[in-house]
Amino acid sequence: MSTASVVRFEHVSVEFDGDLALNDVSFDVRAGETRVILGAAGSGKTVLLKVAMGLVRPSAGRVFLFDTNITHLRERDLFSLRSRVGILFQEGGLFDSLTIEENVAYPLVNQASIKCPAEEVLPRVNQALQFVELGHTLAKVPSELSGGMRRRVGIARAGVTEPPLVLYDSPTAGLDPITANTIMALVVKQRDLRNITPIIVTHRAQDGYLLANYCWNTAESKVERATAGHRATEQTEYMVMCEGKLVFQGPEEALSASSDPYVSKFVRRNH
Amino acid sequence: MKQLILTLQDFLYLAGRAFRAIFRRPHYFADQSIQADVIGVGSLPIVMLIGTFSGVVMALQMSRALSTYGAVSKTGEIVAITLIREMGPVLTALLVAGRNASGIASEIGSMKVTEQIDAMRALGTDPILKLVKPRLIATSLVLPLLTVLADFLGIAGGFLIAYFMLNLTASQYWTSAYQALEYNDIAQGLVKPFLFAVVISLVGCFYGLRTTGGTQGVGLSTTQAVVVASVWIFVIDVFVTQVFVNL
Ligand SMILES: Nc1ncnc2c1ncn2[C@@H]1O[C@H](COP(=O)(O)OP(=O)(O)O)[C@@H](O)[C@H]1O
Ligand SMILES: [Mg+2]
Repeated sequence: MSTASVVRFEHVSVEFDGDLALNDVSFDVRAGETRVILGAAGSGKTVLLKVAMGLVRPSAGRVFLFDTNITHLRERDLFSLRSRVGILFQEGGLFDSLTIEENVAYPLVNQASIKCPAEEVLPRVNQALQFVELGHTLAKVPSELSGGMRRRVGIARAGVTEPPLVLYDSPTAGLDPITANTIMALVVKQRDLRNITPIIVTHRAQDGYLLANYCWNTAESKVERATAGHRATEQTEYMVMCEGKLVFQGPEEALSASSDPYVSKFVRRNH
Repeated sequence: MKQLILTLQDFLYLAGRAFRAIFRRPHYFADQSIQADVIGVGSLPIVMLIGTFSGVVMALQMSRALSTYGAVSKTGEIVAITLIREMGPVLTALLVAGRNASGIASEIGSMKVTEQIDAMRALGTDPILKLVKPRLIATSLVLPLLTVLADFLGIAGGFLIAYFMLNLTASQYWTSAYQALEYNDIAQGLVKPFLFAVVISLVGCFYGLRTTGGTQGVGLSTTQAVVVASVWIFVIDVFVTQVFVNL
């Protein structure tokens, strides 16, 4: 498959006060893929996503977003590229001083290159919130919602501009297993209905397994096992991070077959 | 030492970006007036109180020294000059640093640790324009005004002492206060609060924006912002005074 490159790292390192948060990381994510990034806490997953969006500058190497070299791009030139990327932050990143409606509308209103006509903002916000089944929360503020609901608002905000690429930073972290599964179902739904390229960071092996083997059934409105040949099974790639280094990269079979004790911690057992 | 120089370099970089941002669009005027309200109106009671008391205390202290030279009638002059040149600007700036350098650092710091700053940048807003610029402009407008008010109340406080305890007449006190002041003093009294305002707002923003490490990190940034802003207020005070003394 030779589809367009969406995110590409070439020997990227990131240094914070002398410590390497990313150490010589290289990979290439292509349009239509699902990329699952596994790793323990502090292994550099969040930093990797932020570098991909130009929020953190690498201290060495080159970063390409949609085939544009963003390594040294000025902040104001990054904005139009960033408008083509949705992102769900680990800490939520919802603006506490704004209502849910204003939060979801934020990228539509503030991204200069989106050019959403004023009268279309509210319908699109409604649609995005209905997608995550939170259509009734428009007037609330983030502190009035539960952790799982805030994540769902984050997913709605990440998808409202219909970007071709969405980055999910630990969408299930800090949630109970049931809520975590609801969130993962939404990620699958967003991938399959909106046809985006997702890059998902997680420390739960089952999240990767779900993305690699399940797809969204629109008729029944739930996730179901994907048949062979579906993009989920064909085009899911895993990466495993350890202390800033990329220690594994490959499809599910290779991950299951890995003999490395750290990597095999992220293989889902007994399915 | 190396750390100190690197921090200063980062600070100057932020300052440079903030000053260039003043002329760049968009202008978030609503945020600017909210900040002017928080900083100006919010600090009004404490600035008025401390301003008055500083004049009262100074008149009391000075009257004793002046009486040994038989120059008690000069009280108005001494109070006015010290307040307008030094005490008014520095005291007001220290109060505002305590209230607002910390307020700015903690507000921006909590936005930083909850990734709201990253979200802003990801979703099309430059935090320098949206957060730093309104605070810089609002503080620079409001602090000189607060200082003038503190100066005036301080001189008035000094008058109370002069009138009721030193038995000076109103015209003796106010005339000597008024005649003592030169353009140099007024200029100095306005340049200082303006520079202090720049330092207070930018130091607050700087420590807020470099917050890491969750809620604890916010506490640390807040304290650092107040300490560093206060130190800079004195350092700048020395330099500006030096310049004006030689004029
Ligand atoms: N802004 C920062 N300043 C200093 N160190 C940082 C910063 N961001 C991340 N780090 C460090 O980089 C490492 C990787 O962090 P992160 O990417 O958040 O890990 P995770 O895989 O849990 O998401 C950690 O050791 C963290 O302390
Ligand atoms: Mg993380």
